Amino acid sequence: MDLTFTPEEEAFRKEARSWLDANVPRQPLPSLDTAEGFERHREWEHELNAAGWAMVPWPVEFGGRGANLIEWLIFEEEYYRAGAPGRVNQNGIFLLGPTIMEYGTAEQKARYLPKMASSEEVWGQGWSEPNAGSDMAAIQATAERQGEHYVVNGQKTWVSRGSYADWLFGLFRTDPESERHRGLSFVLVPLDAEGVTVRPIPQLDGEAGFAEVFLDDVRVPVENLLGEENKGWSVAMATAGFERGLMLRSPARFQNTARKLVALYKEAVGRGESVDPGLREAVTRAWMDAEAYTLNTYQTVSRLLEGGKIGAEASLNKIFWSELDVKMHETALALLGARGQLLPEAPAAEGVGGWLDGYLFALSGPIYAGTNEIQRNVIAERILGLPRS
Amino acid sequence: MRFHFTEDQLLLRDTVHGFLEAEYTPERIRAFWETETGRSPEFWSSLAEVGMPGLLVPQEYDGMGMDERDLVLLLEETGRVGLAGPVISTAAVGVPLLCGLGSKELGERWLRGVAAGEVVLAVGHAVSPWVSDAHVADLLLLPHEDEIHAVSRKDASLTHQPSNDPSERIFSVEWKPVAETLAARGEEAKELQAAALDRGALGCAAQQLGVAERLVAMTVEYACQRKQFGRPIGSFQAIKHMLANVQVRLEYARPVVYRAAHSVARNSEHRAVDVSMAKSAASETAQTAAKVALQVHGALGYTWEQDLHIWMRRAWSLEAAWGSGAWHRARVADAILDSDAAAGTFGYSAPS
Repeated sequence: MDLTFTPEEEAFRKEARSWLDANVPRQPLPSLDTAEGFERHREWEHELNAAGWAMVPWPVEFGGRGANLIEWLIFEEEYYRAGAPGRVNQNGIFLLGPTIMEYGTAEQKARYLPKMASSEEVWGQGWSEPNAGSDMAAIQATAERQGEHYVVNGQKTWVSRGSYADWLFGLFRTDPESERHRGLSFVLVPLDAEGVTVRPIPQLDGEAGFAEVFLDDVRVPVENLLGEENKGWSVAMATAGFERGLMLRSPARFQNTARKLVALYKEAVGRGESVDPGLREAVTRAWMDAEAYTLNTYQTVSRLLEGGKIGAEASLNKIFWSELDVKMHETALALLGARGQLLPEAPAAEGVGGWLDGYLFALSGPIYAGTNEIQRNVIAERILGLPRS
Repeated sequence: MRFHFTEDQLLLRDTVHGFLEAEYTPERIRAFWETETGRSPEFWSSLAEVGMPGLLVPQEYDGMGMDERDLVLLLEETGRVGLAGPVISTAAVGVPLLCGLGSKELGERWLRGVAAGEVVLAVGHAVSPWVSDAHVADLLLLPHEDEIHAVSRKDASLTHQPSNDPSERIFSVEWKPVAETLAARGEEAKELQAAALDRGALGCAAQQLGVAERLVAMTVEYACQRKQFGRPIGSFQAIKHMLANVQVRLEYARPVVYRAAHSVARNSEHRAVDVSMAKSAASETAQTAAKVALQVHGALGYTWEQDLHIWMRRAWSLEAAWGSGAWHRARVADAILDSDAAAGTFGYSAPS
């Protein structure tokens, strides 16, 4: 165990920091869930990619930087430190990308990964359906094989980034006789194909972060099948593991929020206000939990570097970060008092606007990527070995 | 940057695990409860055969010359079996404190004996009014104002303070500081005291991990066996979710404790805060595990006969030792909220 960074790692950090300091937009971009903001974020991805920073942990042959996971964590730390924009193609680069690397053919890797890296193609994820949410195996949308095509029919919902994305990946029933998680296939669907209707759904914050996608006799070439036909469930489980696991929530994000909480607390004390001692404890706990999350991530990454795999532990991770995120925002709002409601553009916000928006976003954490109740079942059954319900 | 244990460290852990599981059984623990001292010199010397008391003893004194990164896993194992007794005070705190006193004479006199399993050390600290295992200690290392004294047991008068946990033996100690017992003073003594506190708290945190792991394991086993409404109670989500919550805490307390071990071994500048985070996290995890374990065991868990309470009581005694979770959280709060300097975070460096 050596918890100090090597000179190479420090040099990597310095390189990332200096590029980010020079290139991160000074003004925050408009929200990526607006038409304008989406394109502005896509441009930012082009810029990142041109400089070789878009796909830090991806192998060089697919347009990545070929960095190891420790370096990837360092990059993420610097990315949050620099206040750089959100990643509009997160579904692609952190979820579908690794899945294609694991299950894709050589042709699929060559076809999809470079355009994903440049965000020329931005991806939405299509798991949920009106009758298949937490119970994902209840999927009803079908992909019927007709010669060299699948004919796709059905409805996907809560498609993240679906409103403006170019492509959708998801599970479809390819064996009409099948039930539950058998007979499903992982298929990639272009959203500009004939028969696709995208209906944006305004979220709590008023923006169209997700969409419903209606698929009506959409013809998709069979080359768009990822993995084996009727074996899509295990492919999807790998993707879901990436989502719940470290690929989605960089520890730096929470350390950054913890720092902001410390600043808000000191500011409140500095104003001479009487501050609820409970908030002193809440800030301290948030800080400690952000540290715990970081340490756990470095430990996991070290294990992966030794050849380990992420399995059901991803569910522990998902519960921890999503609940931490909610607690941190609640603490911030309590410290801010009336200012908590202000949007960033409010004249009185003075740099602390947007926390309630952030809170709303944090509240989605325990719901998406598999609700925390489902994750607790996974932990109980697959880690602790309790009997199935 | 590599956050993992070596093959050798894991192998040693497995050896100690096997030894403790075989030797330190609930039956044995209950038998110790009935004895006057609650301790056994034979068991202590058998512990020395797997290297525990002398792990941190330098090789020149026949010890293993290892550091806290090696010790932390072993202490976790002692927690798993519910081991009480002078393992923290001797192996984790007393040995480095004796070494830090820098006296060749004290080293020669006591450290070889520790490595051989013949000597027990007890350590006092201002954070606690009592000294654990003072009754079986050969040497007591005690604070007095800005001094540390090395006191032989026969020169101290002990009053037993019965604890809720029959495994825990704590004592008020009265003694007279004299020139012959003085071992360190001033800044040096203050630093040694601070290090002793961090080592004691780290030791408790490591044991608490083991306590929590054992509580979860025995509760899972029970929930798989016990049937109501025609099915194992562990198949009910209410039970699953309680246990899953403990597992989440455990998963995020563990690396914090291991990092604290690294910080103590390296004497890092953030040592105190790192240790306090570890004690707070591990202590809460163990206490939550105890509550959940009792709730799942139901009335059966509420009996003296069921072994569950051995570990529940360990969770509480360890919470009280070397600064409570709340005491340590306050120390973290002071460091991050009352200081002008930005506190360090792991990996991430502060925006300048």
